Amino acid sequence: MLFFLYFKDLVGQEVTVELKNDLAIRGTLHSVDQYLNIKLENTRVVDQDKYPHMLSVRNCFIRGSVVRYVQLPPDGVDVDLLHDAARREARGG
Amino acid sequence: MSWAGPEDIYLSTSLASYLDRKILVLLRDGRKLMGTLRSFDQFANAVLEGACERVIVGEQYCDIPLGLYVIRGENVVLIGEMDTEREELPPHMIRVSETEIKRAQKVEREASELRGTMRKRMEFLDFD
Repeated sequence: MLFFLYFKDLVGQEVTVELKNDLAIRGTLHSVDQYLNIKLENTRVVDQDKYPHMLSVRNCFIRGSVVRYVQLPPDGVDVDLLHDAARREARGG
Repeated sequence: MSWAGPEDIYLSTSLASYLDRKILVLLRDGRKLMGTLRSFDQFANAVLEGACERVIVGEQYCDIPLGLYVIRGENVVLIGEMDTEREELPPHMIRVSETEIKRAQKVEREASELRGTMRKRMEFLDFD
């Protein structure tokens, strides 16, 4: 639940999603759900030459199960708020 | 995927916004399927009408028609909406026949197998 809420707060930010198949996609976070499926808008593929089939794709849905990393801008995160939330979650509250 | 009310469609992760559009589906085995999304569910199972597999080997590609497909969601990596106003592929790519692309795939597969066995032989020699 914590990361779902955390990503919900990040909607509208530029992120780079790196998938388990090594494909990395940069785009604006449009939405996220309880499975941490991600919808990105205005997407561009990192290393476009290696993935020519993605050329016309500008919006995509990414299944949560295939995500390796979600890269965020360093100032896009309130780390203290996240720490507090994690502590609360760990405590069971 | 969350089930959303009519207003929420614009903000939710639902695939509803891709219905009846041309989409690209990337599968876990590396295949690239294209077609019109006709149906989906919470597991990202999908029904693709007029599906074809786009096989790309180097600068060559071929679209192999498949018909009506039901894709099991666990195999789905990504579903992308293909913008019909943009080029689907870089202009330097060459469209070839199914026989030609299958031949190219075989060559590529054999080359990577050869690299694999050679590496195993080198590892046995323990060259560090």
